[in-house]
Amino acid sequence: MALLEVENLQTHFRTPDGGVNRAVDGLSFSVEAGETVAIVGESGCGKSVTSMSILRLIPEPPGQLAGAIRFQGKDLLKLSEREMRAIRGNDISMIFQEPMTSLNPVLSIGQQIGEALRLHQGLSKQEAEAKAVEMLTLVGIPAPAKRVREYPHQLSGGMRQRVMIAIALACNPKLLIADEPTTALDVTIQAQILDLMRDLKHRVGAAIVLITHDLGVVAEVAERVIVMYAGRKVEEAKVAELFRSPKHPYTQGLLGAVPKLGSSLDNETERLAEIPGLVPSLKEKIQGCVFASRCPKMTELCREVPPALEEKAPHHVAACHYAEREAIAA
Amino acid sequence: MFAYIIRRILATIPVMAVVALFVFSLLYLAPGDPAAVIAGDQATPADVERIRAGLGLDRPFLVRFGEWTWNIIRGDLGVSIFTNLPVSRMIAQRIEPTLSLMVITLFLAVIIAVPMGVVAAWKSGGWIDRAVMAFAVLGFSVPVFVVGYVLAYYFALGLDWFPVQGYTPISQGFGPWLSNLVLPAVALSSAYIALIARITRATMLEVLQQDYIRTARAKGAGQRTILFLHALKNAAVPIVTVIGIGVALLIGGAVITESVFAIPGLGRLTIDAILRRDYPVIQGVVLLFSFVYVLVNLLIDLSYTLFDPRIRY
Repeated sequence: MALLEVENLQTHFRTPDGGVNRAVDGLSFSVEAGETVAIVGESGCGKSVTSMSILRLIPEPPGQLAGAIRFQGKDLLKLSEREMRAIRGNDISMIFQEPMTSLNPVLSIGQQIGEALRLHQGLSKQEAEAKAVEMLTLVGIPAPAKRVREYPHQLSGGMRQRVMIAIALACNPKLLIADEPTTALDVTIQAQILDLMRDLKHRVGAAIVLITHDLGVVAEVAERVIVMYAGRKVEEAKVAELFRSPKHPYTQGLLGAVPKLGSSLDNETERLAEIPGLVPSLKEKIQGCVFASRCPKMTELCREVPPALEEKAPHHVAACHYAEREAIAA
Repeated sequence: MFAYIIRRILATIPVMAVVALFVFSLLYLAPGDPAAVIAGDQATPADVERIRAGLGLDRPFLVRFGEWTWNIIRGDLGVSIFTNLPVSRMIAQRIEPTLSLMVITLFLAVIIAVPMGVVAAWKSGGWIDRAVMAFAVLGFSVPVFVVGYVLAYYFALGLDWFPVQGYTPISQGFGPWLSNLVLPAVALSSAYIALIARITRATMLEVLQQDYIRTARAKGAGQRTILFLHALKNAAVPIVTVIGIGVALLIGGAVITESVFAIPGLGRLTIDAILRRDYPVIQGVVLLFSFVYVLVNLLIDLSYTLFDPRIRY
């Protein structure tokens, strides 16, 4: 049994004008224990909403969740709010994109790390602080015994993200959801945080769902990739396989938009490829393929019939009528 | 921090000086002749003139102001024209009821208004929120004496739960003291509650949108912890600021409330002094109220450091 199984997840939002925004529309994927799975896609494709849905942090209403999110076989969507609270920060925890604003400015670092420990493990104030110092050491913050009494404004962005990681890992979660954990940081700090996450993953043994739009990050840390577009999964494969042979035209477009070392920028013919057009509005039900309006290979069929997710190569699925299918070994 | 406190205390001196000048000249310019009032209806102009000279009212403005200020600095607020008692003693006799009323009102308002605003923000758009907002508008727009009379009519005259009026010193027992103050404090607090609840709601609404609230939820924190620890502590600075500003509201309201409930406090003293044109008493009371207001706001400023570690003096 997989650690996390998301099945036909639909996260819809009622809009004030009476419409429905289908932020996530029929998403299925699974995560094995200890595995790192990346979810990639551009802004607004539903990847953050997916992560918030797993922890049920979507306000309902206006949000509305359907489908199933099975964690260790239990459907999280069927749990009461109280049962869900016992899971948040304990079995499943989360790191957010904005380290500058994700920490409470008026509570000390120690209090914020200790909170989850006191909630889920019933530690006393002193025990929680001792454990917080231990966690700060683990995430590589110098002078942890001093830092534990300090406040977020006394730390830099990279330090704050380390604190966020310490909070998330405090209770030894089985699943860590990292929503763009390095996007707001500068490049050298990004590399440090990624190294830290990789290192801790081995030590703690947690599975990671990494939400990102940065394919460089994906290549560095993930084992499997899910490509999302307009609230749906359009492709899924092992990282090496996806980079070697992307099947979906959208994935091909994404990879084409990444600059390569050695390519010169002043040469007009070597301009970075871009995907023309805009992400479709999620307010209307899309008839055919979600990517049709921007796809270079689009035909009449694409406008009419939504392509099914098919295995185009071993353990490599894509939703496209025209992606070539490789011989699948038995 | 200590240096800051000293600086702030020194900074109150010019503020108080301006207040003193204003208080002094306002009454100097006000119509009506206190000498004539004291002398009574049957007095001859010569009598009035004699009394005026005795009070020093015939000397130039600046000389009188200088003298008056110097006396205040020495702690002498002058002598009442009407009772011939020192003003400081008259104030001391009347201070307990007013102080009691204001402290109870403040306490009542904060413990009611803050949770009200918090819950309204949490359930924003729902019926609780709408009820709180309706109460806030009502509380602010109905004058304190109307609330006072309505409360006295139902809870004192009708249900007989509390005395209709009067005051019992705390030295005669906590129970009687409190029962006399419940209705006045409720009446006086209604506008204050409205003010604090509104600002609490507005600030909380903003704070609850912040990323760190989401972080707290992702940790598994319960709703109460999120509202009253994570959010309220962040919302505290604007809330305590408005509590401090509202003390001015309380001072004005206390004068009226004491009249409605016949409480022998500073408010009654002020009104009586105004009616009798008892200049020294009016000046003493107004100066005291200004001083309390300045002091409360200093304390409020200092309290910010308790709530927000980013504020350091």
